[in-house]
Amino acid sequence: MSGDRLTLGAVAYDPKVVTIWDGFRRWFAAEGLDVDYVLYSNYERQVEELLAGTIDVAWSSPLAWVRAHRLAEAAGGGARALAMRDTDRDLTSIVVAREGSAVEAVHDLKGKVVGAGAVDSPQATLLPLAHLGGLGLTGELTVRRFEVGVGLHGDHVGGERDAARALMAGEVDAACMIDGNHLLFAREGLFPPGATRVVAQTAPYDHCNMTVVDGPGGPQPGREALLGRFCQLLFAMDYGDATVRPLLDLEGLKQWLPGRLDGYAQLEAAVDGSGFYDGAGTVTAEGYRP
Amino acid sequence: MSALAEPLPQVALGGIGLDRGGHLLIDQALRRLRPGDALLVTEGDAHLELHLRAWARSRGHAVDGCVLRKGNAADRRMAGAVRAGGTGPGGIVDRPPSSWGLAARGSLVEAGGPDLASADLASRPQVWSDVAPKLYAQAAASQWDPTTAVDWSATASLTAEELPDEIESAVVQVMTYLVENEQAALMVPARFLGRIHPHFREVVQLLAVQVADEARHVEVFTRRAQLRGFPLGVSGAGGRASLQTLLDEPDWSLASFLLSVLGEGTFLSLLSFLERCAPDPVTRQVARLALQDEARHVAFGLAHLTEEVAGDRALRDRLRAAIERRHDALASTSGLAPDVHDAMVVLAAGSWAPTAIAAGWAKVQALQADMDDGRRHRLVRLGFTGREAAELSALHTKNFM
Ligand SMILES: [Fe+2]
Ligand SMILES: [Fe+2]
Repeated sequence: MSGDRLTLGAVAYDPKVVTIWDGFRRWFAAEGLDVDYVLYSNYERQVEELLAGTIDVAWSSPLAWVRAHRLAEAAGGGARALAMRDTDRDLTSIVVAREGSAVEAVHDLKGKVVGAGAVDSPQATLLPLAHLGGLGLTGELTVRRFEVGVGLHGDHVGGERDAARALMAGEVDAACMIDGNHLLFAREGLFPPGATRVVAQTAPYDHCNMTVVDGPGGPQPGREALLGRFCQLLFAMDYGDATVRPLLDLEGLKQWLPGRLDGYAQLEAAVDGSGFYDGAGTVTAEGYRP
Repeated sequence: MSALAEPLPQVALGGIGLDRGGHLLIDQALRRLRPGDALLVTEGDAHLELHLRAWARSRGHAVDGCVLRKGNAADRRMAGAVRAGGTGPGGIVDRPPSSWGLAARGSLVEAGGPDLASADLASRPQVWSDVAPKLYAQAAASQWDPTTAVDWSATASLTAEELPDEIESAVVQVMTYLVENEQAALMVPARFLGRIHPHFREVVQLLAVQVADEARHVEVFTRRAQLRGFPLGVSGAGGRASLQTLLDEPDWSLASFLLSVLGEGTFLSLLSFLERCAPDPVTRQVARLALQDEARHVAFGLAHLTEEVAGDRALRDRLRAAIERRHDALASTSGLAPDVHDAMVVLAAGSWAPTAIAAGWAKVQALQADMDDGRRHRLVRLGFTGREAAELSALHTKNFM
């Protein structure tokens, strides 16, 4: 952070991320706010640089949020979720089996192979597996992970698509995915009509947010003013404004909403249950190399 | 919801999933509702609630089970939309903005999207003429097929007595000259075609057909030249220098004036001369076919310039300057190649008998007088005085086009 400039971190999970943040940067500049961005190849590095103060605000995956606030709290400070997309609220993950297979209900998964996404995917691995664990299936099934884009916290759809393909090929008995991807894969023809059965669905949870961390001394007044203006402008982005609408479309939202914290409890529990991070935000997941 | 509340509007999907077009039925039902209104979705497939949740989120609607609450994204998307004028010619505006881009005239244009900055010919007085729709319809209806519209065998079957080789080579020389002129007449409108705002649809269509007309003219004159196996004639440097000045004119109105009013106008006389005087049936036929098309090209150029001059008095001075400039640029060139002029005399003579040559010479003299008459007549239509028209017509290129 320097002077009147706000530096935002984002993870480059797709080339369009450059288009998005370049566009937002120009839009903020036209509104009189100097916002620059730094792209990271993975969320762990971004969280660490947020804590180090290299960036003022991080566009965080839900898992990155969990780690950021744990790290900040362990250092005697705290973290805040300033904003989120309308599409980040109330998502669910599902476990899908082939219609007509031996897996008719969730308990039929005992002794079976479940395809999941990358090790660090909240929606395709951590949350659905924790949900199955909560139904007493921990240790009762074999998990086969489809590791695409490790370090991207599941932003890359590849792992979920590979798990879905494996399901239809009969290589796994069930596959985990976010609700929207079931519709996507059905429309793509990967799931023909009537070919799949949803055997489990998590409770709703929230996804990405704009994260800031504060040290033990609390918010820094100079930066707070910039963050305040940043949020004001985010919330003012209007889907009716043709200059910003293409960027909102690319980023997958209709409007920015204030951040809320009640949608992350499931993921906190899943992280603890799987030992992905410890309580202080240290990476403890075995073999996780972003 | 209170017991007094009206029942929710519903949409039944008839068992069709959102992966098979069910969302179209929902969208259709939502169009009748206002943002904030609820819609009950029934009769989906086994995944209805799951898919509804994901679909609604991506469209900005709220969802609770099978009840949607309409969001405002669709309305907001069209918040800055404008109608691109009206569909018919009566709906043409004076200055269509580049932001309308390629949108159909009369369509509802969503704001945003690329500017069609390359279409810089975007003012009605400069581009439009009220005759454009009618001329386009005529042009589309008058397209002829070079293979069937001409009886190619009629000349090929002539004996050497009926069409002597010396006369044939004069015809081939004239055809060679025509082909290069037609190529210039193709390239000039083609260069401006992409610069005319598509809002002036009928003008773009008309010019597109004009370009296609010239393509056929190039074809039929080439085919005629080859008909009896003679090699093509000479392409004179002076003729090509004259045509180059047409291609080099960067201004649409001036290029249109030099090409269509003066050049193609002069060609009306030339093609009519060939139709009357050529020694063989195919030459007469191809001249007649090209003449019909050229009359349309001249009509449009003259019409839009007449309308433009009416609103822009200074334009006439620029037209005059364009003729003078072109004349000066060509002062050091020979103009019409002697080969072409002589070939026209021989073509009209039909034989090398001295009396026939003298008659051919007289016909070409009459042709040049007819060309001058036509040019002066058209210049007067553009508002020049008879005296000015005579002066300017005399400055026109010796190459005719
Ligand atoms: Fe022509
Ligand atoms: Fe023409």
